[in-house]
Amino acid sequence: MKPARNRIGLPGVREEIASLGRAVLFLFTSLRRMKCTVFHVGETLRQVYYIGVRSLVIIMTGGFFVGLVLTLQTYDTLNRFGAGDAVSTVLALALFKELGPVLTAILFAGRAGTAVAAEIGLMKATEQLDALDLMAIDPMERIVQPRMLAGLIAVPILTLIFNLMAIAGGVVFGIGLMGIDSNIFWGNMQNSVGLWEDFASGLLKAAVFGMVASWLAVYYGWTARPTSEGVALATTQTVIGTAITVLLLDFVLSALML
Amino acid sequence: MKSSNQVEFAAGLFLLLGIAALIFLAVQATDSSGMQSGQSYRVVAYFGNIGGLKRRATVSMAGVKVGTVDSIELDPETLEARVTMQISEQFNDLPEDSSASILTAGILGDQYIGLEPGGSLEPLRDGDRILITNSAVVLEQLIGRYLFNSEESSE
Repeated sequence: MKPARNRIGLPGVREEIASLGRAVLFLFTSLRRMKCTVFHVGETLRQVYYIGVRSLVIIMTGGFFVGLVLTLQTYDTLNRFGAGDAVSTVLALALFKELGPVLTAILFAGRAGTAVAAEIGLMKATEQLDALDLMAIDPMERIVQPRMLAGLIAVPILTLIFNLMAIAGGVVFGIGLMGIDSNIFWGNMQNSVGLWEDFASGLLKAAVFGMVASWLAVYYGWTARPTSEGVALATTQTVIGTAITVLLLDFVLSALML
Repeated sequence: MKSSNQVEFAAGLFLLLGIAALIFLAVQATDSSGMQSGQSYRVVAYFGNIGGLKRRATVSMAGVKVGTVDSIELDPETLEARVTMQISEQFNDLPEDSSASILTAGILGDQYIGLEPGGSLEPLRDGDRILITNSAVVLEQLIGRYLFNSEESSE
């Protein structure tokens, strides 16, 4: 690993492209080895616990308040056109298609991605990965794959829970405080949200984001320089890399699905 | 490893919570009546002007949704709009001579197709054409006609 200098100019660009290539190669390597091994089901489940269940608090709180504030702002704006009842439509569509998957992925990167990157980076710094290798245990199989698989499982579920809590926030503000009739609220939502084209496409996005978020976290941890500085840099890069990639991918996926 | 069992229990609970959220959202918050995926048949109608009708617009009879607009294209020969509708299979005994008109829900609402039942005993079948149609009312044309008429009468 080259140290991170010469970031400006042509060598810098070369280095960026090379690091992109390394990340993709890393993904392919870990995916290829996945085929010929038995999954560590227990380890994957344990990782689902560490990165999924432990993220529940921030996802649920975040979702609830996003739903609350989204309903508040939308209701206020729509009411100027006398269309306050349409607030549930806006809420559900914005959540299912965009905000749910994207915000969950970014919160997930901050809560779980950093932890994974730091953990693997520290394993590397303390030569635990080499120790595993010496014991003829493939660290790719033992460490990397369960975490990537767990991210793929956890993020769609977290997205669902985020959406659920945000809708709950919308119900609290819309029905509870603003007094929208609950039949109108749910009816408008049901009429305008399609099960496949809106709801399922959002879930597909969430799965892609989960894959990307856990892949980048593992990759940055795996390639971190084995120093305390290197680990710190890896966690930072995980958040930045995931946020940028997710936002970019979101646009591409949205354009493809429309 | 004392907590290993608890960890797996929590992870399992997490998965169940996700499935419960999925079912709740899919049933409560989306249009899961299966209009698209369920059994349906197609009916065609030609309109002189469809106004702002869009794909996936509602097709209703007596205010009840019976289907959706599947596709809209310009017929190259008659230069009329050819609208294909998907009607849900459960409404398979609509009279063959029903008429279709393009209506607007409210003043600023979306446009939809309203079906008026005819008197025929024969039902509409897959691929049939609705012969009697009413085009969309275009507001500008209405206003133009009104202005023109009032000018004429004042002379």
